[in-house]
Amino acid sequence: MSTEIKKFKITIDGQTTEVMPGTSILEAARQIGGKSVPPAMCYYKPLESSGGRCRTCLVEVSKGSESDPRPMPKLVASCRTGVMDGMEVKNLTSEKTQEGRKAVTEFLLVNHPLDCPICDQAGECHLQDLGYEHGVQATRTDFERRTFEPEDIGPYIKLHMNRCILCARCVLAANQLTEEREHGILFRGDHAEISTYLNKALDNDFIGNVIDVCPVGALTDRTARFASRVWFTKPMNATCNCGKCAGKAVLWMKGDEIVRVTARKDQYDEVEDWICNECRFERKDLSQWTIEGPRHISRHSVISLNHYQKPADEHTLLNNSHAKEISTADDQRTEK
Amino acid sequence: MSKKLLLKDAHIEGIRYFDTYRKQGGYEAVEKALKMSSEEIVEAVKASGLRGRGGAGFPTGLKWSFLAKPEGVPRYLVVNADESEPGTFKDRYLMEFLPHILIEGMIISSFALGANTAYIYIRGEYSWIPDILEEAIEEARNNGFLGKNILGTGFDCEIYVQRGAGAYICGEETALLESLEGKRGNPRLKPPFPAVKGLWESPTVVNNVETIAAVVPIINIGAAEYAKIGVGKSTGTKLISACGNINKPGVYEIDMTITVEEFIYSDEYCGGIPNGKKLKACIPGGSSVPILPANLMLKTINGEPRLMNYESLSDGGFATGTMMGSGGFEVLDEDQCIVEHTMTLARFYAHESCGQCTPCREGTPWMYKILKKINSGEGRMEDIDLLWDVQRKIEGNTICPLGDAAAWPVAAAIRHFRDEFEWHINNPELAQTQNYGLAGYADPIPVPAANI
Repeated sequence: MSTEIKKFKITIDGQTTEVMPGTSILEAARQIGGKSVPPAMCYYKPLESSGGRCRTCLVEVSKGSESDPRPMPKLVASCRTGVMDGMEVKNLTSEKTQEGRKAVTEFLLVNHPLDCPICDQAGECHLQDLGYEHGVQATRTDFERRTFEPEDIGPYIKLHMNRCILCARCVLAANQLTEEREHGILFRGDHAEISTYLNKALDNDFIGNVIDVCPVGALTDRTARFASRVWFTKPMNATCNCGKCAGKAVLWMKGDEIVRVTARKDQYDEVEDWICNECRFERKDLSQWTIEGPRHISRHSVISLNHYQKPADEHTLLNNSHAKEISTADDQRTEK
Repeated sequence: MSKKLLLKDAHIEGIRYFDTYRKQGGYEAVEKALKMSSEEIVEAVKASGLRGRGGAGFPTGLKWSFLAKPEGVPRYLVVNADESEPGTFKDRYLMEFLPHILIEGMIISSFALGANTAYIYIRGEYSWIPDILEEAIEEARNNGFLGKNILGTGFDCEIYVQRGAGAYICGEETALLESLEGKRGNPRLKPPFPAVKGLWESPTVVNNVETIAAVVPIINIGAAEYAKIGVGKSTGTKLISACGNINKPGVYEIDMTITVEEFIYSDEYCGGIPNGKKLKACIPGGSSVPILPANLMLKTINGEPRLMNYESLSDGGFATGTMMGSGGFEVLDEDQCIVEHTMTLARFYAHESCGQCTPCREGTPWMYKILKKINSGEGRMEDIDLLWDVQRKIEGNTICPLGDAAAWPVAAAIRHFRDEFEWHINNPELAQTQNYGLAGYADPIPVPAANI
């Protein structure tokens, strides 16, 4: 006899879905998709016990559950709050949520410099998106930001604490992916900083993944940092024969040159397959890789600015003399 | 004269030792309790109306009844002795002078909860008290009140003392559990609550020192008698640690029917304000609870005398009321500067924020910097509104209550003493050399009607 698990019904911004018990509000929102998915700077599904820290995913629970319909008194972190049957959540439709998120954005930008024009993460940065969506033009603080000297933490990784938002993803990644705990958070409050134990370097086989999980530009790849703006590169899915990892990666190409190698990420920028240091840092020769094809990039991403996937190419396949006009009209329609 | 339950024997020489304590009727409550069922004890604590004495004031019996009881999983009692709230030092008194009342309360509570292991998590700065507690534990064990098969009842119980490393955040129950497990003292997200998943993922009850000590008189005199003391939902007695501008700072046991005025001015308690100065403001429950100006502290918004109990102190909500909190009663006379005082508190909370969540990590130092700027006469009028806005954005958006604890004093200071903030901005030269109180502007400020 099969035991059927009763799914929980949850409504987010008026859209209802059914999820397994134990699912978080954020994951339920991702199941619905679209703009009702709260942003997340510290939550990272592949990393156990991540989330709850950055508070960007705060949402309003306007109905607790079918059995207890009382609203929750405070905004809750959607990444770590479990769904109850009949729960109703307001994300985009809640003024309180938007206000809370705006507040968190402002707090994040108190110490994080708005140096997107020079930051290596520009174009791939969630804080940049968050600032764009919820930030204000001017800062209300005139106090000096905390500043640190950039630090080489091992042969492959450079840490610039100025940009760190203490999401702790890198600490969790290092703890969960590698054999030794080599770095963590020192001190507390706004004095807190990510660092290695004294005289230690991050140099084990999978440590490069901490760069991929960093939501801002605090951890950079020393073999590729500042080599190119991301929108000038072309991302290609590629594989290699690797004994340590699955060998599935993304090559960020500039012409025939591999500027950098990263793990493959899903639409929420979460790594699908962790890659080893050798694939990431040392295989920069095209002959070492088998190219699968171009990587899909969302049209809304700044990375698509180089028009790698040119819609115009598809239009030119049309066999009629008005193809050009059709393609222009199509573009205009899409823009609308 | 107030009824004393916890401190009734505090004056007796040698009461900290087992023999003296036993002669005064010590451990009779354990003997009595071990003849009861654990459910009966929980019911007695419920019937007594005892509320948690650590600050939140949650009904203790109810909290105990939430404890999950899965088969084959150990349960724990953890006593929160990480008394780090500025102005609060009542538990220190109990542990230093009456350690056996805590041990006795822990044995009864452990039995009621079905816990065979209990911990006392004590703040690192109380460097001499763990020795006193360990000595008391050893005495209790030597006399058959701890260890295996206590008094032949088949109940086993061990108590361990764990020193903290000196972080305020470790007073928050889940951060305390993290620290007790040997990890960085960061608060956990709730749910799950400790009653379901606490220490080492086992069901755990975390209670304050005074709360656990209060279980002893509840068993001794009976829940009904205990509930008769006090008023409304503020039953039993409460320890108050009084400090600031008063003639007799110290720890007092009150029966929660006395008025605030009586507490401040009577010789039995604080003995009035030194040099006949006027009362300017009070913080009645530890530094994190809202400050109130004298007029609102002595009388409720309806003009009735404010009582030293949970309901009366919170009467009117945050606009005109405050909280009983942990009972850290701080008195400010007319010479004190609220801006400077608030800045000192803000500095404390900024320093003690664990840094785990964004609003607290970034917001608390921001508040401190703004206050520092205003206090030094470099502020602008819009800084007051900015400060108000920053505290409002911290409150309720953090993982644990430290964010609220940092925001409330700032909010209350602006709400009730905005004039002082404006004085600092309008008189930058004076603000650089003296504070508002000493500059002669110390008359108690009437609360504007719009703020009530």
